[in-house]
Amino acid sequence: MADVATLLSSTANPATVAPRPTAPTLPVSPALAPVLPDGLRRGSTVAVSGSVSLLLALLATASDEGAWCALVGMPPISAEAAQDVGIELSRLPMVPHPGENWVVVVGALIDAVDVVVARVPARLADGDIRRLAARVRSRGAVFMPFLTGRAHWPHADVRIAAEGGSWSGIGLGYGRLRQRQITVSANGRGSAARPRSTALWLPTASGGIEPYLSQPLAAVV
Amino acid sequence: MSTATPPRMATVWCPDWPVTAARMTSGAPGDAPVAVFTANHVVACSAVARSVGVRRGMRRREAQYRCPDLVVLPRDETAEARCFEPVITAVESVVPAVEVTRPGLAAAGVRGPIRRFEGESGLIDALWRAVGWLTEDACQIGIADGSFAAEQAARLGRIVPAGESADFLANFPVSTLSAFGHAELVDLLQRLGIHTLGGFAALPAKDVSMRFGPAGAWAHRQAGGRDDRPIVVREPPPECTITVELDTPVDRVDVVAFSARSAAERFISGLAARGLSCACFELEAFTDNGEQLTRRWRHPGVLTAPDVVDRIRWQLEGWLHGMAARGGGGTDPDPGDRPTAGITRLRFVPVETVPTGAHQQSLWGGAGEAGERAHRALARVQTMLGLGSVVVPAIEGGRSPLDRTQLVPWGEERVSVREPARPWPGRLPSPAPSVLIDPPRPAKVLDEGGQPVRVSDRGAVVRPPRCFGVGNEAPVAVTSWAGPWPVDERWWDPATASRVVRLQLVDVRGRAYLVVGDMSAPAAPTWHLEGVYD
Repeated sequence: MADVATLLSSTANPATVAPRPTAPTLPVSPALAPVLPDGLRRGSTVAVSGSVSLLLALLATASDEGAWCALVGMPPISAEAAQDVGIELSRLPMVPHPGENWVVVVGALIDAVDVVVARVPARLADGDIRRLAARVRSRGAVFMPFLTGRAHWPHADVRIAAEGGSWSGIGLGYGRLRQRQITVSANGRGSAARPRSTALWLPTASGGIEPYLSQPLAAVV
Repeated sequence: MSTATPPRMATVWCPDWPVTAARMTSGAPGDAPVAVFTANHVVACSAVARSVGVRRGMRRREAQYRCPDLVVLPRDETAEARCFEPVITAVESVVPAVEVTRPGLAAAGVRGPIRRFEGESGLIDALWRAVGWLTEDACQIGIADGSFAAEQAARLGRIVPAGESADFLANFPVSTLSAFGHAELVDLLQRLGIHTLGGFAALPAKDVSMRFGPAGAWAHRQAGGRDDRPIVVREPPPECTITVELDTPVDRVDVVAFSARSAAERFISGLAARGLSCACFELEAFTDNGEQLTRRWRHPGVLTAPDVVDRIRWQLEGWLHGMAARGGGGTDPDPGDRPTAGITRLRFVPVETVPTGAHQQSLWGGAGEAGERAHRALARVQTMLGLGSVVVPAIEGGRSPLDRTQLVPWGEERVSVREPARPWPGRLPSPAPSVLIDPPRPAKVLDEGGQPVRVSDRGAVVRPPRCFGVGNEAPVAVTSWAGPWPVDERWWDPATASRVVRLQLVDVRGRAYLVVGDMSAPAAPTWHLEGVYD
């Protein structure tokens, strides 16, 4: 009994659990493998721009396998779109309006959840950016700044951007939005230095993500 | 092993307490039929409403059909706790050490007070004089052995003589146990052909324990009128008492509750480390000026950390806001009961603990540990930014994308208003717009003449959309579009009726939008941007 009690007390305190030396990665959807062959490396910063659907798709596989993902300062996200792409909604807490506590909130969540997504405010002190980047590295979380407008994040390990996008299924007064073909490109530092890009269906007709093949997935009207 | 006789208990039960509380707060007249609803289903109803056929679990539409002048009130659990506070105080003036099972139900041991009141019927008289007027004469009191039997006795308003609880309970249906968290067990027993508590109690205790585990054995003891706690009630070690000091006096219930959350977890995990679960605890609250309020809270099963936090909320809600909230219609504006300063200290004292059975936290941490860590951080963020600043999305029923996403404040239980699994004809098929615009923003949807696009009564666009812009942006060309899809909702209720059409638009930059047009004025339609397929 005494052994079990010791075991319990040692596992119950998260502060004593140090981040493992070889940072494991969080999985991403196979369709994103051409741009992120290693998945999302813990302790890295992955800047995302261009599409909220892309952002949700990046979280989907990890969330489905039990990871906690938090969204800070993001516009209202459709629960349906998130669920259709494969995110577990009960593990997707959101802080829609952090206000001037943006840095504190993001910092607190980096300590506690697996992936923190945050829309970067237009003005942010360089010191705060450096401190957050250091915290991400030491805590083993994945930080995803979502860049809109003129916001930038100078310390990103990987930058992922969605470009273009052409919708199929919709015409001039007939059909409906079915699926979108989109190009996703990634570049960054270290092992991610070589630019990569891939074409995807995002979202597909069922709201998911698929690699773009020469044939469209669903019959196009 | 001694089969100790369970303690004699007196139980004060206020039937339909949610109704009484809702009536007190809303000021509805006493003789009107009232029903309290959660998620469109009846939770409780008044006796008048019941006499015309309104039942628990019934949908609102059906309840109103049976009783057209039914007063419909939403359930408010904090109000229930608040209104019950004076009742507890009144019971305490007669018997010491009152245990509150939930708002509307309180129990107390009677061994001491009996001598003072010359027998059990004298005690009931005294309790009735203290409590009756507070509960609009709608309370019932019973005495029996053990709190389970005493609650059933109170429902019948009876005194069950000492030692006869087993016979008293024998004819109750097994479904009596479902209110105590044994719903699955009840279902199984009924399918096994055991319909009364007496039949269940007649089964050998050893077999019940082997087949149904500790929870089943517990229910078995309750059914047999034996002690409703496991036989060995351990004396909780004094070091399990937890005290929370608040740096600055706090007079907001939600702030206290969030500050106490981690302490509540320590309280429960501290007991768990000794192999104990808590069934009853005492919560002591102290203010800056030295006032003190102590309540004893009993749980039908074992308490978890969120349960403890709920009870903190209930107790403080009643104390801090009690009389103030009753306000104008208040029967007894007694400000003397309210504290004069904020809360500075809370103390959890375990009163009754039971050996942990199936209620163990996961041994190896694992997924549970990551969740616990996330929970703590989010609670901290919510404390910093205020209640409702952290939300969790959930899918809700409805036709518009905005309706289909519900944001539930962190830590609150989700209440689904509209069933998401229903077909909801008229909603748009997948994919859903990933970004919602809440509230929808005014948009310009213009035809080739530069006029807002109009939709005819037959549901077709008069001239197709050519340009689209949001707010003050310059409109850009539309390359493709689809719709309009009309939705005519709630036409039977002028207050909430909405008649709209939806269009999907793709502009020259390849971005797709969902716009909604108000059809109440087809000649001068107004368009709003509702979602972006970003």
